[in-house]
Amino acid sequence: MTPNPINPRPNPVPVPSSLFPKRHRRIFTTDHRIIGIQYLLLALVSVVIGTLLSLFMRAHLVWPHWAVPFHGPILPEDYLALVTIHGTIMLFFVLTTAPQAGFGNLILPAQLGSRRMAFPLLNAASFWLTAAALLILLSTTFVPGGSPISGWTAYPPLSAVASAGPGQGLGMDLWLASIALFAVASTISSINILVTILRHRCEGMTWDRLPLTVWGWFTAALLSIIAFSVLGAAILLLFCDRHAGTSFFLPAGDLVAGTLHGLNGRGGNGSPLLWLHLFWFFGHPEVYIAILPGLGVTSMLLANFSFRRVFAYRTMIATTLMIGFLGILLWGHHMFVAGLNPFASSAFAISTMAIALPASAKVLSWLATIWRSRPSYKTPMLFSLGFVSLFIAGGLTGPILAQPILDEYLHNTLFVVAHFHLIMGLSAVFGLFAATYYWFPLMTNRMMSEPLGRLHFWLTIVGAYATFLPMHLAGLAGEPRHYAQILGVPNHAGVLLARLLPLNRFITYAALFLATSQLLFLYNLLRSLRHGAPAPPNPWLATTLEWHPALNPFAPQPAPNSQSPSQSPEPIIVHRAPCHYETTPTGEIFLPQWTPDSLADTSAEPAFDVKPE
Amino acid sequence: MVPSLKALEHANPWNLPVDASAHGPALDHQLFLSLWIALCLLTLAHLILFVGLLARRHAAQKNLWRIEYLPLTALALLFAFLTVKAERLWAATRYTGASPTALQIEVTGVQFAWYFHYPGPDATFGITRPQLVAPEEGNPVGIDPADPHSADDFVTSELVLPANRQVDLRLNALDVIHGFSVPEMRLKQNAVPGQTIHIHFTPRIPGTYAILCTQVCGLGHYRMNANLRVVSPEAFTAWLAEKEKAAQP
Repeated sequence: MTPNPINPRPNPVPVPSSLFPKRHRRIFTTDHRIIGIQYLLLALVSVVIGTLLSLFMRAHLVWPHWAVPFHGPILPEDYLALVTIHGTIMLFFVLTTAPQAGFGNLILPAQLGSRRMAFPLLNAASFWLTAAALLILLSTTFVPGGSPISGWTAYPPLSAVASAGPGQGLGMDLWLASIALFAVASTISSINILVTILRHRCEGMTWDRLPLTVWGWFTAALLSIIAFSVLGAAILLLFCDRHAGTSFFLPAGDLVAGTLHGLNGRGGNGSPLLWLHLFWFFGHPEVYIAILPGLGVTSMLLANFSFRRVFAYRTMIATTLMIGFLGILLWGHHMFVAGLNPFASSAFAISTMAIALPASAKVLSWLATIWRSRPSYKTPMLFSLGFVSLFIAGGLTGPILAQPILDEYLHNTLFVVAHFHLIMGLSAVFGLFAATYYWFPLMTNRMMSEPLGRLHFWLTIVGAYATFLPMHLAGLAGEPRHYAQILGVPNHAGVLLARLLPLNRFITYAALFLATSQLLFLYNLLRSLRHGAPAPPNPWLATTLEWHPALNPFAPQPAPNSQSPSQSPEPIIVHRAPCHYETTPTGEIFLPQWTPDSLADTSAEPAFDVKPE
Repeated sequence: MVPSLKALEHANPWNLPVDASAHGPALDHQLFLSLWIALCLLTLAHLILFVGLLARRHAAQKNLWRIEYLPLTALALLFAFLTVKAERLWAATRYTGASPTALQIEVTGVQFAWYFHYPGPDATFGITRPQLVAPEEGNPVGIDPADPHSADDFVTSELVLPANRQVDLRLNALDVIHGFSVPEMRLKQNAVPGQTIHIHFTPRIPGTYAILCTQVCGLGHYRMNANLRVVSPEAFTAWLAEKEKAAQP
């Protein structure tokens, strides 16, 4: 850990401007900041679609006869298509793109003190591949048979045989193509992020001075490379099973809706469990890819607004890496009832329980960072506090689901749905909200409205808990997920499910409330683009480099050097770890990472009033 | 039947359905213990959060190893305690096979129904072949009539079991993965095509219960279910005799 000036002065980006005609250069750009914003816009479009799909599902469960305008009543296969596309779009196109590629591109290089990403062209390529993947995914709605109905996990043989259901033909092929493209794009994007972190740290930016956000992106990029390569392979195998007559996942004698596989000399004897292993070897790291950047942002923002150092900084680096490492060792907890050897379930239960420890260490650090700090409750801080609350609420059901014996009751019930929506969905979304309110000035040179932001926070956290806490009870009462109807189900199951209607009605109302509250965010976003208050150069009194005057694109630039105006941008040098906030006899001061020690001695930094009333 | 169910439901604050299997009470106990621990930790963490936010600013922040490692050690011990308890319960239900005297029934999942194949008086299942599957001809699981053991076999669409006798279910699926789940028996295990998975349990309280499918299996997933009827041993013997009589050619 020596102060290692790897590439101390990265050269400005050599934009290959001849690649596109001039009028296209703003869209087909290799500028990492614009690519970051493009990713964020893509995620915004995706999250709007994904949320609408979830509302259709919730509405259909409690008002089964309601007809969707321009479509008609929701049929069981429509419901499962909604489930599939909601899950796919949220997991891949929102929770993977926005925190990692979106804010990664926008903020990561600046936090390293770099003016560029390592591979600008690959970066642009990965965005356009992702956009193409999204279009292909959405196009499944319009093909014969519609979207696939096998959920985002696409278990074979349901996903391997076209006759298994509507949407399992062309729709499924397009789904596979979309996810394959997405896997390629994510791998490229992650390599870009890793190399940027390895090669483009500015002078003085040692590993232990990297902001925890960068550690989050670093670990998530490592996981992405491991996980998406396995997913890519699995998709290739499944595609071969569908079209090349192979039998990786199809057992001999499998009889799907009249299609008999593997007897009479054609096809071998494969195992559906192989797909589960490959898929969850990707799928579990995937949820950490979604949440790790959020963990980093939360640590940094809590410290920023508490005007405190991050409690146990080095431990937080270690726990980030440990969560990443353990994250690839516990995929089997998705398979406790899938037909694993029971001894394997015992082993996966232990590795799953083990990850509760680094996660608990993070929560303890957050609580200790804000303990008796009287923080300033700006909107990004509120969302970070909300992240802490949701992460605890969603995390505490983890050790319950990690027990195979309890999974025997809770597996695939709404209890699991509540668990992962709180810990992965909403926590990550709160991280994204915090990041959006916090970094909006770096995108637009304007502030988002604080009163609207605060209102948005309170409505969202109330809506989030109102939607997902009762869902635990529905799961405990035995309601399975992926059920297109809870009314009109035959046999005794109908009795079991029908009594859950009042609870489900409440959840649907809460979900509608939660979704409607987000209009406030969209309004704030659009309004602030034009009418937001002009942003000061460092509005949050932050210490990290993205607010460095030379890296903040909107900060007033010093007069250009008369000898060589374009060749020598101001060198960026880091002098200390981030979050240097301290109390001196003259008041509370903060030292950004870029302030030289000589300046620091004079205590010339502005005092910070922590109680803004 | 219905009033007693209601009374049992109201006995637990977590809204669980009636607990009717022999291993169920231990599972429920572990579940409630885990839920209460989670609820207490949730409350405690939020209490610390709010007190920390409301208290007067304390400028000097202490980086004490006690704050860092003591709570973590306590949590580690707590999670280890839960893990050990859970693993012991898991081992008790899953590490060993069924008793040799257990009632043998083959369960087959198919889009979108469960079938229950009883071996008949010879206690041996007739061979099944996917080529012979013909639900419209009364052979939904493809029993081979050429096999001598198949003559006395019979297949039902409702699972009838005697109370207080261990059952050994052989789960399999004809087409796609299905999830065999009986919430009231605290039982769940996927049925995977190409694989036979054994699961055993002992129903305790007579009654009618729901057998669900809990692994998405196609458009009829939500209505893929069957009834489990747990009856007294005498009633079961009578039912079995009647079915076996009907199965005789």
